[in-house]
Order: sequence, then C-alpha cells, then structure tokens
Amino acid sequence: MAEPSLRRDGAWVGASVPRREDPRLLAGRGRFVDDIALPGMLHAQFVRSTEAHAEVLGVDLSEVRAVPGVVAAYSAADLDLRDITALLDRPATEFVPTAMPVLARDKVRYVGEPVAIVVAKDAYAAEDGVEAAIVEYAPLEPVVSDLGALAEGAPLVHAEAPRNTLVDVSLFATEGIDAVFAAADTVVEVRSKTGRQNALPLETRGVVAEWDDRDEQLRVQTCTQVPHQVRTVLAQCVGLDEKQVRVTVPDMGGGFGQKCVVGREEIAAAAAALRLRRPVKWIEDRRDALTAAFLAREQRYAVRAAFSASGEILALDADVLCDMGAYSCYPFTAGIEPLMASAEMPGVYRIPAYRVRGRAVTTNKAPTAPYRGVSRPQYVMVMERVMEKAARALGMDAVELRRRNVITVFPYTGVNAITYDPGSYLESLDLCEQTLRDEGWFSRRTAEDKVLGIGFACFSERTGYGSGAFAQRRMQVVPGFDISEIRMDLDGTVSVTTGTLSHGQSHETTMAQIVADRLGVPYDRVKIVQGDTDRITYGWGSFASRSITIGGSAVAAASVKLGDQLREIAAHLLGGDPEAAVLAEGGVRVGDSWLSYPEIADVAYLKAHLLPKGVGPGLQATASFDVAGDGTFSNATHGVVVELDPGTGGVEILRYVCVEDCGVAIHPQVVEGQARGGIAQGIAGALFEEVRYDDAGQPLAPSFMEYKVPTAAEIPDVRIEHLETPCAFTESGAKGAGEGGTIGAPAAVLNAVNDALRHTGIELDDTPIPREAIFRALEVSR
Amino acid sequence: MIQLIELTVNGERHDLAVEPRRTLVDVLRHDLRLTGTHVGCEHGICGACTVLVDGSPARACLLFAAQVEGADIRTVESLSADGALNDLQQCFSEHHGLQCGFCTPGMLMLAEGYLAEEPAATKEEIREVVASNLCRCTGYQTIVEAIDDCATRRRAAFQDQLDGSTA
Amino acid sequence: MKPAAFEYHRAHTAARAVELLTELGDDAKLIAGGQSLVAMMNFRLARPEHLVDITHVDSLRGITVDGSRLRIGALTTHREVEKAGLGVLSAAMRWVGHLPIRTRGTVGGSIAHADATAEWCLLAVLFDARIVAEGPSGVREIPASDFFLGPFTTALEPDELITELVFPHPLPRAALTEYADRRGDFALVAAAVSVETERVVLGGVGPVPVVATGRDAAAIAGALDLRDEPGISAHYRRGLVRTLVTRAYEEAGRG
Repeated sequence: MAEPSLRRDGAWVGASVPRREDPRLLAGRGRFVDDIALPGMLHAQFVRSTEAHAEVLGVDLSEVRAVPGVVAAYSAADLDLRDITALLDRPATEFVPTAMPVLARDKVRYVGEPVAIVVAKDAYAAEDGVEAAIVEYAPLEPVVSDLGALAEGAPLVHAEAPRNTLVDVSLFATEGIDAVFAAADTVVEVRSKTGRQNALPLETRGVVAEWDDRDEQLRVQTCTQVPHQVRTVLAQCVGLDEKQVRVTVPDMGGGFGQKCVVGREEIAAAAAALRLRRPVKWIEDRRDALTAAFLAREQRYAVRAAFSASGEILALDADVLCDMGAYSCYPFTAGIEPLMASAEMPGVYRIPAYRVRGRAVTTNKAPTAPYRGVSRPQYVMVMERVMEKAARALGMDAVELRRRNVITVFPYTGVNAITYDPGSYLESLDLCEQTLRDEGWFSRRTAEDKVLGIGFACFSERTGYGSGAFAQRRMQVVPGFDISEIRMDLDGTVSVTTGTLSHGQSHETTMAQIVADRLGVPYDRVKIVQGDTDRITYGWGSFASRSITIGGSAVAAASVKLGDQLREIAAHLLGGDPEAAVLAEGGVRVGDSWLSYPEIADVAYLKAHLLPKGVGPGLQATASFDVAGDGTFSNATHGVVVELDPGTGGVEILRYVCVEDCGVAIHPQVVEGQARGGIAQGIAGALFEEVRYDDAGQPLAPSFMEYKVPTAAEIPDVRIEHLETPCAFTESGAKGAGEGGTIGAPAAVLNAVNDALRHTGIELDDTPIPREAIFRALEVSR
Repeated sequence: MIQLIELTVNGERHDLAVEPRRTLVDVLRHDLRLTGTHVGCEHGICGACTVLVDGSPARACLLFAAQVEGADIRTVESLSADGALNDLQQCFSEHHGLQCGFCTPGMLMLAEGYLAEEPAATKEEIREVVASNLCRCTGYQTIVEAIDDCATRRRAAFQDQLDGSTA
Repeated sequence: MKPAAFEYHRAHTAARAVELLTELGDDAKLIAGGQSLVAMMNFRLARPEHLVDITHVDSLRGITVDGSRLRIGALTTHREVEKAGLGVLSAAMRWVGHLPIRTRGTVGGSIAHADATAEWCLLAVLFDARIVAEGPSGVREIPASDFFLGPFTTALEPDELITELVFPHPLPRAALTEYADRRGDFALVAAAVSVETERVVLGGVGPVPVVATGRDAAAIAGALDLRDEPGISAHYRRGLVRTLVTRAYEEAGRG
C-alpha cells in the first residue's frame, strides 16, 4: 500500500504528500454549495412531472403562490428561456438533435422532468409550495425500453426522431469481414445487457445564484465539473453577455460525470435569481437525484468474434444499442456512449477486421450523461466475455488466450484508426495472474467445493483526449486543450490557474507537486486556482481522465515559462548566461551566486528599471497544452476471486487484485484511491445498482432502499500493484488514472461469477447479476 | 407553528425558535451555521449526517431538533481544538481516507462514537460499523485502515499510560 | 425531502401520552426512535398533524427479569438489547439496520411498525411474547400471535401505546438468520427457529410473520403460498426459506 511520504528521489512528483485539501475537509470546514448562505437568500424546489410521457395541458401555480413562505413560482411561460441543445456535426441520418427546455413546456418526457420552479423562504416552504401546484397532463403511451423504442409503431418521444433513434453511426466496416467470419474456425457470440445506473455523487447537484449590481454580474456558485460550459449556456439561455455571468465552483462532493453536463435546474434557479433580484439556492434532494438526475450505462450488445484454431482473434462484429433517455445532454450529446464504444471496443487486442454499429435511442427516462468510464465498463465486459467464451470453445486457458491477442508492440495503430502509445498490457496480465497464483487461489479453486471462481479483465483506458480525439466525435463543441496562467507575487510564491476541476481527485495537491518540481519550491506554498470563470480564461473542466494529462501539462508548461523569465532576470542581475541558470531551493543559481525568488520579484515589481531590456514588469506566464493525436492509454488487469452461496445465490468477493499502469504517478496514494473508488463503483454496477422502471415509466428506485449502493461490507480490500510506462508527451510522463477502476471491475466480477458456475453449463452475461439466476444455475447442477 | 427549543451543541447552549418539523441536521447547518455535518439522503441510509447524541452515533436527518432538547450533541467541529486536527482526523489524512470529503464528517463521528464505546474493536468489527455509512470515492478500504490505525494507537497510548502509572 | 408541518407534543408519562392520543385522535402519531417514521415523513409518505414524543417517558425504559418473565421496556433501544447479554435477542440485533439505527430505534417502535420482516416481530411470535399496551381504558396484554393483523397493521388501538414486551425467561435455544443482498438491508426472507419447540417463524413470505413447525426445511418451504414478484420468483423465495431455516437450526444447535 502506498505510504505517505514527502519526496521521491528529491522530487515532489511521485511522493504521497499530505493533501492540501485535507485540513479543511476533515475539520468540517469545507465549503460545499449547500454550506453557502447569502443575505436574503431564497430556496427553490421544482414541480416535476408525475408522468413519463404526456402532453402538458396546463400549469396552474395560483395555489402555490398562496402557500405561506412562497415568494414566487414560475413555469416555462413565465421565464421564457432558450432551450439547451447539444449538437454533433453529422448528417440527419446519423444524428438527430433534441432541444432540452429548461422547464418543460408542452410535453413531458420522463417522470421527474422539471415543469415549474417554486421559490420560498426556506426549503420546507418551497416543498409545501410544490405540492400546491396543479398540472394537467394528457398521458401518452410511454417508451420504457430500448427495444420498445425501436419497435414498429412505437410512440415517438421526439417527433423529429423517427424510430426514437437519436444516433445511428457505423464507424467501421472492414472490407471482407463477412468472409472472415464464414471461414473462421470458431465464432463466439455474446449478447449482453447492462443496467441503468446513477453515478451518484454523495453530494447532490445544487446552485446558489445571485445578481450583483455593482459587478453587473449573475454570480453562480454551483458544483459543476464544467463551469465555462455552464457560463456559456446560462448566458445564452437568459440573454446576458458571457462576462455578465460568473460561475464559481466551491468544494464538490464528487461528480463522476453526472456534473459534467449542463443541468436545467441550475439555469432555472439562476433565472429566478435574476428575475427576483435576490439570491436563490437550489439543492437537489436525494429522491430527485435518484430519479430525475442524469443517468448512465444502459446498453445492449450483440457481438460476434471470429477466432483461428490457435486462438488468434480474426474479426469483431458489434452492435451497440444505448438507451440515452429523454434528451441529449450538453455538451456531449446522446452520441457520447455509442460513439465511445464504437471507437474503442477493440481495446487491448489486435483485431484485424472490425465492424460496428452504434446507436442511441431516446426513451421516457431521465437523460444520460457520461459516468466515469462512459462505455468502457460495458464494452470491456463484453470483450472479456468474448475471451472467456472463446477460451471455452477452443479448450484453452482464458488468460493464455488473452496473451495471444494483446498488443505487445508499440506504437500500434488499430483497425479502429487509433494509435496506441506504449503500455504494459501483457505485463499487467502476467503479474495479475501470478499474484493470484502466488496467493494460492488457483489451487483453492481446483480443490474447493464447486463454487469458487476466478475472473480477469485486461483492458486499456484512453486518457488525455485532446482536441484531435474529440474532433473525431464531431461534437460542435470540441473540448481538448487546457490553458494555465501562473503568477509569482512579491513574496516569491506562486498561484496557478487550471481549467480542470477537482471533485475529489486532489488537484490542489497534485498540480502543486508538478509546479513545485518545476520551480524548486515547496508544494504547500503553491496555490492552484480552479473553478472560476472570471479568473480562468477558458477551461473544459474535468472528465475523461484529462486533468493531470492535459491540465497538469499546461500547468507544467506555464511553470517552465515562468522559470525562463526568472532565469533571464536573475542572469541579467547576476551577470551570466540564462541558459546556464538553474532553478533551485526557491531561487535561481547562476554560477556561484544565487538570488531568491522574493529578490527577483522585488526587481520585477518594485524596481522595474533594473529589468533586462525586452522583459516587461511583473512575473507571469500563460501556456496551453493540447493533444493532437489519439491520447495516451493507461492499462490494467483486474483479477477477482468470488465465492457463490448455493443456498441463496449470494456472491462474496474473496480477493481483488488490480495491476495498473498509469505512467508516472504524481501521488501514488491518490492513484490508488482512484482505483479503489472506481472499483467500488464497478462492483456496484456488476452486483448491486440498477435504476428500474415499471411499464408506465414510473421509477422503481426512488430511495436508497431500492437503489443499493454497496457498503464497506460488500466492497473488498483491493491489492494494487503498480507498473509504470511513462507517457512520452505529457509534461510529467503521467497518464490519466481516474476511470480504470470502474472500467475493469464489472468484467472481472462477471467473469469470476461465470467461472464459479463453470460446472453448471449456464453462463450469465447481463448486469447487475441477479442472485436468483445464480441460485437457479447452482440448483440445477446439484 | 414555532417551537422554542434549547439545544446543547459541542458544549454550547443555543436558544432557537424553529418549526417543529425542522430536522436536527438542518438546524445544525442553517440555524447554527455548523455546516460540517452534511445532508446526503434524508432517509437515514447514507450517514453523511451522522453526529453524536449523548455519545452515540445517530442520523441527524432522522431527528427533529425538538426531540433532542437536553441531549449532548456533538458534531465534527468539536473534534479539532484550536484548529489542530485530532488523532483520528490525522489518521484519515495519512491513510488517504477521504477524497471529496463529503462523507468524511459522518465517518469521523461514527468512528469517534464507536471507538469510545468499543476501544478494543477489531478491524473486522470496524469494517462492520463503517458499513453504516456510504462513501462514493474511496472504496472504504482506507477509511477502515485509518480508523483501525487510530484505534491501535489509542490502545497503545492507553497502555503506555497504564504502564507509566504503575512504573 | 422535507416533512409536512405538524404540531409537536411531549409526554413525560405514559398516561399523558395516552391522554394526548385520545385528545388528538387519528391525526396524531407517537414518535420514539423515529428511524422508520421520520424517513417516511421526509418523503411525505406519512403526514401526521401531531407528533407525540414519548422519548422522555422514562418508565418505558429498562430490562428486568421478573421470575419467569423477561420484561423489556418499549423504549429500550436495539443497541441496549444488543449489549444486554440476552441470548438470541441480543444476537439477532446484528441484523437490525446499522449501529446508528440501533442506537435510536426502539423495540416498541419496531413492534408497532409491524414490518413482517422485522426481527422483533419474528422474535415476538417465536417466543409467544406478550405486548403490553396502555390505553384510556387501562392496561392489557396482547399475545404476539394476535398482534400482527396485516402489513404494518397491528391490534393496537389508535389511542394505545406499547409500554413493554414480555418474553419468557430463560429464553429457549433459538436463532434468527436472514438474507439480503447488502448488509443492513431489510431482509428478503428471514427465519427464526426455536430448537425446543421446533417452531419456525418466517418473515418475507406473507403480510405478517408466518408460523410453521418442524425441522424439515424443504417441507416448510414447500407448504408456503407464494407468488412470483418482479425480481423475486416464488421458487427463489422458497429456496431462500429452505436455506435459512436449515441454517437457523444449525446456528441454534451451536448456541
């Protein structure tokens, strides 16, 4: 386990330093959005649709306004806000955009869709007010499943989307692939369905918005992963200039992707604040967070893979169907899940022929936003099932089959037109298997009662998606770069901006480590500035494991630029060659002389006449970083041992081993924390969590009684082994590390369960795995 | 209807006029501005709102403030005296037992209440108790390790004290 | 999720609590531990206009042995029972929610709530406990076998409160075990068995705890009238009963 430490080989990067975030969070002195109280602040709640699919005939808020404590109530007609529309640059045959109104107007498309906003003196009165709203619905037949959406004669969720299809793209089709299948020695098929899930940050969504007359600004404090996107959309929706909107992000209690899209409620609350000229706070309650927030992961795969007699994979043919709910989310669109799956499914394997069709259908469920891992947990699960089934069909060991197929020579350009940078796929597989073997699990598996199973998942995680990679998705809004601005003050300490956003990943610490190494200063004197659209020129926020790879590289580049200025000034003052000047111990060494940063800053700010010609006053630098190519790939192998209980169908995870490689780890404890937390969410998806609906589209999991988040009793300790294949082009050699845990866990757990069922002849390919299915499988074989 | 109640929180007496339906967690957070205790579910499952009531861990979202008049209520703010983190908080930091920090105050109060009652708790027993609260970031392992480490150190310190006093 | 408004009343004696219930009528509810009630109120599934807080009725606390009767005050918390060395009663408490639920939730509250899977309901029926209730017309003892009438429905009158539970002393050898996907969840199926009487009480197989006799777990499971439900078939539920009855007897035998 990674121990806390101060330096690794004299550098901050690579050491598990004490986190700068910890003191305030441990003392209960963090500032999360619900901790904010402004004078005169009002509280908002939403009238939400009770129908999954209906025309809205009337919204009567007259009784609401009469409820004691209620100050105002607005429907779509009262606020007149522009819709939120996310776009892809693709033809109508491939993509149909959907306009998401801030408040529903003439139609509601999922239970929980916001219809009106009630503003009151406190949250209790706001809820009293919501109860008094009278909304008249003319119910329509709901669409509650992906297959139902595609069925002949199905009702249309959006009139402009025939067959309820929002995305239909065939990204790849290798010529001659059918012939490869026809001639292949062995063909395996996997049909798999994954359940709808909730990223479920423990802190729900929320916002405090206030119009400030002095600054002529709508000031919005919200727990969002994408503050600049919120600013743009909000300004457009309410008709303000962008500079008239300032979005700042307080401490965030997790995001995991649910907060990296622009939500409707934040816009509505801000609009109410603008209208009332009083601060308005909205805090999402757990029932709404479970039913009306952005959801994810509901996908259906039909996959065929052809193998040679010696186990080489020859071709992969995949159909991916994603249930994206009622609207495209902004900015990613409903394309986020099917296109990610289509582009990346070959993963760590050498696959010469590939065909894929990726579709997104719209249904009467809450819309889908990216959730940690996005489609990778699902397609890795499917690919790892392919490997297991092929191994059984070929009479081979499943790990050996993987060995024969993983990419080992880099760079490798796959049939999916992605070039994979060096990784340790084979090494991680070997080490993971060896670790479980050394711990005696394979012997136990053979010897025990037939209920022990071992399962693996070998996979890569694309990180550091630059503009190049996002542009391929053809999003109208192309994320990718990051810009960092660094400034040194008179006291010689620095503050650095980043367009990324920590919602638990420790950037205040890890980015400070990167800067500290470049400038030779202690990391705890470096301030990282994030989450403020006024202070940060532009940013994309945090998602897709981009923060250290791209944000960290920008931060490093800005530090290097500032370092150059410091060396130039010092060399000028001391007489020497700037090229030979070295940054060390909080100053610059030139030959035998040394100037401290405060001394240099004194000249730069207070004695500017002493600066070298061509060097302006002040000490600051701006740098940006982007990735033109295909990003950088972390990789891992997860190995899981499960024991099944034939009497109940229960599953216990006896051992979990994760061998991971994310290049240079800035802070090993943080990397391990990301892996363990992601693994917990992945196990949750494999065994516990599912958002379900009845035939009328009514949510069946509106509380934590039905939506089962695993506890410490269900999540095992994880043994983590590290490999390090540095990234060649990020400033620190780091690759992204945020999503690997969620990506590998479902596959490894599902494979382990199936391995434990190997004597039954029954295979389970859907998640969450029903205990009853396990019970029945074991019953039959007893 | 407004109720006049007297609450004792972190050793300090407060006189409040609140609606009886206001939960303890809301009164702590909004009326007393002790925002360290967090709201995660309002139906008693996530434990982000865990405080100590007469020394025992309790869900503040399942208590009306009026019910706990006369009780000794302790929140996370009572752990760090003069801004210095206590031993349990330091163990959490050393073990990376927190990431976003939202569940952390609840975990801390749960652990403090439990260890006060069961200082000899084993790691497995600690894990059982940590299962009372939800965390979405850490995967729980480092939380269990932090509490176990703290319990071990406290037992050792107590033993030292005993040894010292008999020497 | 904030509750609807109510008026709050506090009683310091059982008699006063009864008085208030009589006075306030059907719109009043007692609050003790509140672990079930407040959650329902936060969802606005329960909206009593009056809450009568009985947590300060000290006469309702305490565990005493009175000859062959084990008397457990209605306000005794699950945690207090857990730590009281009361054999299967203490052992069964590990199944009740989690620690913070057990420190506030009460025995009386659990019985009055009458969830058919709740441990106290099963234990009361297993041991033929008597529920002592006080109302405007005085005190009465209700046998557990007559107490649970339907889902969340008991023989208590609206103006009565439970003052104590009476179990036999000493308690016969018994065990309670249950199955749920997660630790701390309400049981899908629960089984409590008494070795001496070979009585089996099952939770999760009907609107109230179901009583069976004997050691043949398969026969007991087979005799149940069960329906398929979304996510849990009758077959699976029957299988769980078979497993849990067997394991409960094993555990009781070891005890």
